[in-house]
Amino acid sequence: MLSAIAGFGRFWYRFIVGDDWTIAVTVVVAVALSYVLLRAGVPAWWLVPVAVIAILGISLRRARSTS
Amino acid sequence: MSSLFAVALTTFLASAVEAIEMVAIVAGVGATRGWRAALAGTAAGFAVLAVVVAVFGLALTAIPIGPLRLVVGFLLLVFGLTWLRKGIRRVAANGLRGSTMHGPDTDEDVPRDRPDWTGFVLCFKGVLLEGLEVAFIVVTFGGTSSLLGPAAVAGVAAVVVVGALGVAIQPAVRRIPRSVLQLVVGLLLTTFGTFWAVEGIGGEWPGGDASIVALLVLYTAVSAAYLTVERGALRAPASSEPARS
Repeated sequence: MLSAIAGFGRFWYRFIVGDDWTIAVTVVVAVALSYVLLRAGVPAWWLVPVAVIAILGISLRRARSTS
Repeated sequence: MSSLFAVALTTFLASAVEAIEMVAIVAGVGATRGWRAALAGTAAGFAVLAVVVAVFGLALTAIPIGPLRLVVGFLLLVFGLTWLRKGIRRVAANGLRGSTMHGPDTDEDVPRDRPDWTGFVLCFKGVLLEGLEVAFIVVTFGGTSSLLGPAAVAGVAAVVVVGALGVAIQPAVRRIPRSVLQLVVGLLLTTFGTFWAVEGIGGEWPGGDASIVALLVLYTAVSAAYLTVERGALRAPASSEPARS
């Protein structure tokens, strides 16, 4: 039973997060921060693109150093 | 007569914009991950869409589109960034040559002995979200002008015409090397993912839907810069090796 639950969890982790968890975490944090800024009345449409550009460079650099 | 034409044309053009996004996702996923999962996801998306439209009818606009955009945007962003990173690394390593979709190799991420749920879900969500937006457009334009029938015909026609164009350009798409396609699809998914994620939390883009093009241009330029860096990094170890006599 436990192994089935663990397997189910692994499937969804691999399916959504993939091989670089920092990408998913960065997206979640960027969207959450954007939401907080929007609620405070601050235009925040620029935050997610900036986060995307930053994490893409970081992820590429990490992939290069580990290969 | 003129109001009928205006409603039909407006609905067709607005729906065509959503249909282009839908077809771009399905065509990109199909070309890079295989058509079986892409078409299955598309069919499932249309089936759920038909049920939702049949059940809700004119009350469609009561469905909260924000949370759906947020979930779809998040998934597209994560998948798109992963594909974009792999695409940049592969194009940096292989250049613009490489195997085309006629080649025997497949992406190592695509399972060969079981269903490709990533491809399925991407197309399913893309079709469902964009299809719902087309339905909203039809209900909004058609409902407010009491011309729901012509608006519905225009909305469906837009999806059919754009879908047919997508099918027509497939032979050309299949000649593009897989690594380049992966990069391009990664760019598209990241662009749509960014757009929808921000809209999903209630954010407004300067320029509305036109910002999709701006995002695509921005991400393309950034990817080209990263590609140059990757190529430089690949050449550096080779050029720094001492010459052997």
